[in-house]
Amino acid sequence: MSANLSALFYLISGILFILALRGLSSPETSRQGNYFGIAGMAIAIIVTFLSVGNFGTGFIYVLIFLVLGGSVGAFIAFKIPMTAMPELVAGFHSLVGLAAVFVAISAFLKPEAFNLGTIGDIKLASLIEMSLGAAIGAITFSGSIIAFLKLRGIMSGSPITFKGQHLINLILGLTIVFLIYYLCLSQSSNIFWGLVAISFLVGILLIIPIGGADMPVVISMLNSYSGWAAAGIGFTLENTALIITGALVGSSGAILSYIMCKGMNRSFFNVILGGWGASEQSSGTKKDEQKPVKNGNADDAAFLMKNASSVIIVPGYGMAVAQAQHALREMVDSLKKNGVKVSYAIHPVAGRMPGHMNVLLAEANVPYDEVFELDEINNDFANCDVAYVIGANDVTNPVAKSDPQSPIYGMPVLDVEKSKSVLFVKRSLSPGYAGIDNDLFYRDNTLMLFADAKKMTEEIVKSL
Amino acid sequence: MEIDPFIFRLSIFILSIFVGYYVVWSVTPSLHTPLMSVTNAISSVIIVGAIIAALSGSSANNIFEVSNIFGFLAIILAAVNIFGGFLVTQRMLQMYKKKKK
Repeated sequence: MSANLSALFYLISGILFILALRGLSSPETSRQGNYFGIAGMAIAIIVTFLSVGNFGTGFIYVLIFLVLGGSVGAFIAFKIPMTAMPELVAGFHSLVGLAAVFVAISAFLKPEAFNLGTIGDIKLASLIEMSLGAAIGAITFSGSIIAFLKLRGIMSGSPITFKGQHLINLILGLTIVFLIYYLCLSQSSNIFWGLVAISFLVGILLIIPIGGADMPVVISMLNSYSGWAAAGIGFTLENTALIITGALVGSSGAILSYIMCKGMNRSFFNVILGGWGASEQSSGTKKDEQKPVKNGNADDAAFLMKNASSVIIVPGYGMAVAQAQHALREMVDSLKKNGVKVSYAIHPVAGRMPGHMNVLLAEANVPYDEVFELDEINNDFANCDVAYVIGANDVTNPVAKSDPQSPIYGMPVLDVEKSKSVLFVKRSLSPGYAGIDNDLFYRDNTLMLFADAKKMTEEIVKSL
Repeated sequence: MEIDPFIFRLSIFILSIFVGYYVVWSVTPSLHTPLMSVTNAISSVIIVGAIIAALSGSSANNIFEVSNIFGFLAIILAAVNIFGGFLVTQRMLQMYKKKKK
């Protein structure tokens, strides 16, 4: 296959990838979008086979490995529970990162195969592109592994910080730049290996100071990195499909990070440099004397909601941990039978990744047109009889609106306190991730339901 | 003077960033998780590099030079991602249903 013809086909698969993302603008078109994506991938792979034109023994091995990896991927895709989606995505990012590193290594070891020159005399531009691809890929790999371990609970979700951390990161970052420069001068393979090793280290150091609830930002950021790594390799291979995809994924991840940061009213650097959980925790309002709270049980909650005309459900990470989404849907079903109007309010940073709550509710067969974003539903709390907060905390804290001293001041929150009564399902009065007390617990219209989210919801279903 | 092909690729890259910017803003927030899994799947198109790396200069007697081995490893990783990414996206998207009228 001629180089020009295959370039055109790569362009087509790039366009199909754009359409795949475009499809996600609404759930109806999204499934079709996914097929466009699959078609784009199939075209890219087939065209590559045809343009390499080597159908010997190597080709058989390629097919074997393709099927091998593919079956592992398919197996994971069918088996994974929806609550584990954040760690799955983090795990997948690490694979893309490592694949980018391997391709870059291969190109460095055998530049003739990619038309990049010869060993010791690789074209300058290609050298820069492949070292950038390798460095970003390596950071994506090790960073995603840490994110995966934290999300999976294998590693503690609390931030790990030490003295001089930022200085070390800065020095390592500058070292990477210096090594790339030196690599271009010397073409030495030792420098290249050093570059890869230091990038792995940077990935680890970059993610360990970031706490659990900041994971939505981290995952989006690593998503973005995996795109830039792919684009770097795309330039090396002079492949349009990879360049387009890299740019798409890179900007997609960047936008998601931005949305997540905005949802917390924090700057990107504030999150990346390790925030809340670590330094500002002590400045919270912990010294307050024990204030009285109203304590209720499942029957009280059932009574309140059955007699309400409208109920808004506010789910959070706790719902995912307790796997309470199915019980919640049952509860809503029986409320609806009683003529209660029910809707769901989702905060942008609820859960551990963008859109996490929406997927869990969809899994429990909640129709997506009953689920609303913060801006769409926030005014409705004032006219709502009961707000049922299940597993969310900081995103409902009215302090964010009233107390300029509070670390979460200015963060957009759901106006839960405006509803006539608030049911707050929580295991204890302990503060949330931001380490501050939630003022909502002590309001007159709040009834605390101290229990596991799933158990409490099931009990409410029973007494309905 | 002839324009370096690199400039063309750079143009494609920059324009694609803009396309990505506008397309991603139009994605509905409720589909942000599928967006992440599908972007992850399409970024595995890096497999084209892996295939070239695996097959380059290979003949019947030396399929497994070091550079080829890295290519094969990258193929496995990317394949896990391609199948896993698209299928899990499909599985999620199947769940999004409208209210029954």
